[in-house]
Amino acid sequence: MKVRLVDIAHARSGDKGDTANVGVIAFRPEWYPMLARELTLDRVATHFRGMITGGVERYELPNLNALNFLLHGALGGGGTLSLKTDAQGKVFSTALLRLVLDIPDDEARALGLPEAPE
Amino acid sequence: MSTDDRIVRVASGQGFWGDWLDAPRRQVEGGPVDYLMLDYLAEVTMSILQKQKERDPRMGYARDFIGAIESVMPAITGRGVKVVANAGGVNPPACADAVLEAAKRLGAAGQVKVGVVTGDDLLPRLDDLLAQGHELRNMDTGEPLATIRDRVMSANAYIGSEPIVEALRQGANVVVTGRSTDTALTMAPLRFEFGWAADDWNALAAGIIAGHIIECGAQCSGGNCLYDWRNIPDLADVGYPIVDVRRDGTFVVTKHPGTGGRVSVPSVTEQLVYEMADPKAYITPDVIADFTSIHLAPDGEDRVRVYGIRGAPPTDKLKVSIAYRAGFKAVGTLVYAWPDALEKAQLADRVLRERLDRAGLRFDEILTEFVGANATHGPLTGPVDPPEVQFRIGVRSASRGDVERFTREIAPLVLNGPPSVTGFAGGRPKVEELVAYWPALVDKGVVTPVVEVRA
Repeated sequence: MKVRLVDIAHARSGDKGDTANVGVIAFRPEWYPMLARELTLDRVATHFRGMITGGVERYELPNLNALNFLLHGALGGGGTLSLKTDAQGKVFSTALLRLVLDIPDDEARALGLPEAPE
Repeated sequence: MSTDDRIVRVASGQGFWGDWLDAPRRQVEGGPVDYLMLDYLAEVTMSILQKQKERDPRMGYARDFIGAIESVMPAITGRGVKVVANAGGVNPPACADAVLEAAKRLGAAGQVKVGVVTGDDLLPRLDDLLAQGHELRNMDTGEPLATIRDRVMSANAYIGSEPIVEALRQGANVVVTGRSTDTALTMAPLRFEFGWAADDWNALAAGIIAGHIIECGAQCSGGNCLYDWRNIPDLADVGYPIVDVRRDGTFVVTKHPGTGGRVSVPSVTEQLVYEMADPKAYITPDVIADFTSIHLAPDGEDRVRVYGIRGAPPTDKLKVSIAYRAGFKAVGTLVYAWPDALEKAQLADRVLRERLDRAGLRFDEILTEFVGANATHGPLTGPVDPPEVQFRIGVRSASRGDVERFTREIAPLVLNGPPSVTGFAGGRPKVEELVAYWPALVDKGVVTPVVEVRA
């Protein structure tokens, strides 16, 4: 079953130099293990291909039902140097939420995950 | 019971220089608070203040702070509310004098004692430090500072809670610092009130995390909150956050009753992950806080309880924030309307770039965005047919002249480029001098904070 990240998690992003961080938080604690399993470093790096020039780091915060991703080379030089509208990476958060997960039907039903609209 | 039940309330009234002017006054008038914490300094703010100080030696601090102090003066003198702010910028003594003048103007002379924290400013010592072998290498690129030394505008070490605690110990009811860490502004009063030892890592980490939660003002109490954003009540009257802290380091995040916004587990969690790197190692001069130890629990309406926080000893380094001149930039925009708005904007971009090429201009970077089609989510945005698209093009160069010339090339497109164009009423783009940021580390022993109390 297709599940949109935007329907099961919220997020906030910020900057440190030329790196954007995206913290993504499961709406429900019982959804966090699935989120942590699906949102791998590779998955997120592939999602942002073409938008960042550096690597990705991934950290887990099970206590907050959250994951934290560092996206290096995301801000066109960062801070004042950047020519981008989003020079401080404020909306990389919702860019990550565009991701769509493919979850086994049984698991999706058991967890009560909302199905992505057609 | 014992004093262990005592609660100290720290209220946040400013999340950055330029935040809501009403917030400080609303925080002291909306209900009881013990401390008002005001954060004014972002990474590049120091360089702006340095420029102001070079023009006028009485300047170089966040002048908004004086208006804030005036608006809360009755609470300071009448109810004993204390204020801690990093508004001193590159000139905390001048800031302190301006606070004392404001007190005098308002008939409160003698009732305000201002603690002044200095010692963070490394600019006058920079060449000595380099000569002594402190290379101040860029933390991101590894380059030594020598490569940009001649362009440095400001250099400040991030200092911790100790000097603020000392100022409060000496009886200050207003403390102004230069480049203190944002979180120390909250942690220091707690450390002072509860007498937390310098190696009480868990308590210090709790104070730092309380500071992290409230240092961006309303961003933890309903502002910029994505979770359930449609139903967050009355943002026009948003309440700024308050922490109610106990001696054991547990605390409750809340806001004044009757204000708008919302303090909830999701709103606080969003702020906790803001600007986070490795969550196990949030490094400050006082302590390393472990964000994976934080526990949050709902505690009634607009109340979130925070507990379980662990900390570890800090490193022997301080972070140094260095600002340097890095050339010039300008950004120009035009708006293209349906039909085929995006295609028209794309053609305008090709035409303009060809003209820039022919003029022989040199840029370190040219960036085009089509606002409404791809500016914030880039290639993740699918195909669109928007009613209008903003063509936004920016350039960066070491040559002011080349950037100036670029600014003259936008408006002509209105008559000599693609059709259905508007939105040029703002006139020619402005050329901005760029100030870049150079993060570095320095040995702690090199920096000696100085505390003085003025009345």
